[in-house]
Amino acid sequence: MPLDHSDVEKIAHLARMALDESQIDAYAEDLSNILGLVEQLEAADTTDIEPMSHPLHMAQRLRFDEVTEEVRREKNQAVAPSVENGLYLVPKVIE
Amino acid sequence: MHSKSIVELGAALRAGEFSSVELTRHFIQRIERLDGDLNTLITTTPEQALVEAESADQAVKAGRAGVLTGIPIVQKDIFCTRGVKTSCGSKMLDSFISPYDATVVERLRQAGVVCLGKTNMDEFAMGSSNETSFYGPVRNPWDRERVPGGSSGGSAAAVAARLAVAATGTDTGGSIRQPAALCGVTGLKPTYGRVSRFGMIAFASSLDQAGPMTRNAEDAALLLQAMAGFDPKDSTCANEAVPDYSSTLEDSLEGLKIGLPREYFDAGLDPAVATSVEAAIEVYKRLGARVIDISLPNSGLAVPTYYVVAPAECSSNLSRFDGVRFGYRCKEPKDLEDLYKRSRGEGFGAEVKRRIMIGAYVLSAGYYDAYYLKAQKTRHLISDDFKQAFERVDVIMGPTTPTTAFGLGEKMDDPVTMYLNDIYTIATNLAGLPGISLPVEPVKGLPVGLQIIGNYFTEAKILNAAHRFQQETEWHRLKPDLSKQS
Repeated sequence: MPLDHSDVEKIAHLARMALDESQIDAYAEDLSNILGLVEQLEAADTTDIEPMSHPLHMAQRLRFDEVTEEVRREKNQAVAPSVENGLYLVPKVIE
Repeated sequence: MHSKSIVELGAALRAGEFSSVELTRHFIQRIERLDGDLNTLITTTPEQALVEAESADQAVKAGRAGVLTGIPIVQKDIFCTRGVKTSCGSKMLDSFISPYDATVVERLRQAGVVCLGKTNMDEFAMGSSNETSFYGPVRNPWDRERVPGGSSGGSAAAVAARLAVAATGTDTGGSIRQPAALCGVTGLKPTYGRVSRFGMIAFASSLDQAGPMTRNAEDAALLLQAMAGFDPKDSTCANEAVPDYSSTLEDSLEGLKIGLPREYFDAGLDPAVATSVEAAIEVYKRLGARVIDISLPNSGLAVPTYYVVAPAECSSNLSRFDGVRFGYRCKEPKDLEDLYKRSRGEGFGAEVKRRIMIGAYVLSAGYYDAYYLKAQKTRHLISDDFKQAFERVDVIMGPTTPTTAFGLGEKMDDPVTMYLNDIYTIATNLAGLPGISLPVEPVKGLPVGLQIIGNYFTEAKILNAAHRFQQETEWHRLKPDLSKQS
């Protein structure tokens, strides 16, 4: 299905990604071409075929519910763009 | 010194012919001299490398040296490396210094390797030419106007140019095997779950797998031995015993049943590449193998299936890059949504944006069944093709890529044409099978890869098949002439 300018704006919003206005039409063309490739799947007969989500059909392994991790807040926050008193700072959310 | 294999260098180090510090200095000098133009490395770590080399030399003196002790390698910049910039080829992570080590990095360090630096790659491993990197394209050492392949293009080119003895790579749709083929090195993508993904920046979690890129299969066996095995930190890592990959390299290929899928030798394959691959298969016949024609009838569905599954997983995985906890943050965000949107819009390159948007679209309400569910079903068809084939044959062989390396910039304007480079490698990832690419006779001075696909957890078998071929041929010893070009 070909996508137009407003479709791309909508998808970019879903992905929370700002696009340059001047590039939206080019993205619309590229994404339409990619979806054109993907639409070849429509011709495949998948009646009674189970969806495959894991290459080895393995079940997700579970672990015991016990504390295993050390606290690494300082190390992890050292790479954050903005922190204060152990908290991540973002623009004000509640007016 | 720089053209020797891990096996040869390891023996020389342990015999005291030279030290790891001397060897490491030699490679550091080569990188300084040659990499400015090739651009295989995003970050070099010479000081740390020399510290690691010194401790390797002490291990040699104390008689504690293993097969990888003191061997200088490079790590793809997708593996988190403690205290070192880990960019994944993206502006988004340009300032990211990893606070921890990936399991692959930790295991190789424990095995005693020396890490010379982090290799260039397509941004977040999305690309087949290494041209989507924020740090600029890597040049193919065989012809600098051509691409090295991708996404592990820096790793492949660094090994080919003898800037390191070996490298790590990752493969989601061909990203180890395709650049290995285009640069003339040996590259192995293991079975899904064979190597831990912990600390390997995720692109498509049901497809991603790490593996070795080396001069030959013998070295690949040694590197895989250190990388493979169960890891409690990765819930998708397989709890399967790791065999001794080196011990079966010499096994006879008498009676080996090789399947040749007719879909891999179709009209899309360059006739000269086909001739090289067919000549390689003749070598296997001489070694006593039997060739059987097979069909993988759903091969044509592999690329379209991949371009639903991989973008869907990528859009989910890359949602963690939001400008809050790590990575790039835009200047002066006016509110939280603006922070998310501009950080992501400014931090990601065009190809990553395309894939995130395709993923968001195929997963969005109203389209999920038509695209994502459908692709999961066609993925099953593709996987079943292999299952049936492996009832009749031991390994599957064919070309790794449809052509030799293409020109820089040649396919960047058309994403769909670029995607078709991975036409012979993608199905293996969808099925989760292991595959190796090894050099065969070049075409017009450019490397060509033979791909060997094995059944689940039969890395030992495909390494054995690759090694026996390399004992009969010299193609893997060819090296690019770095002096005659620009």
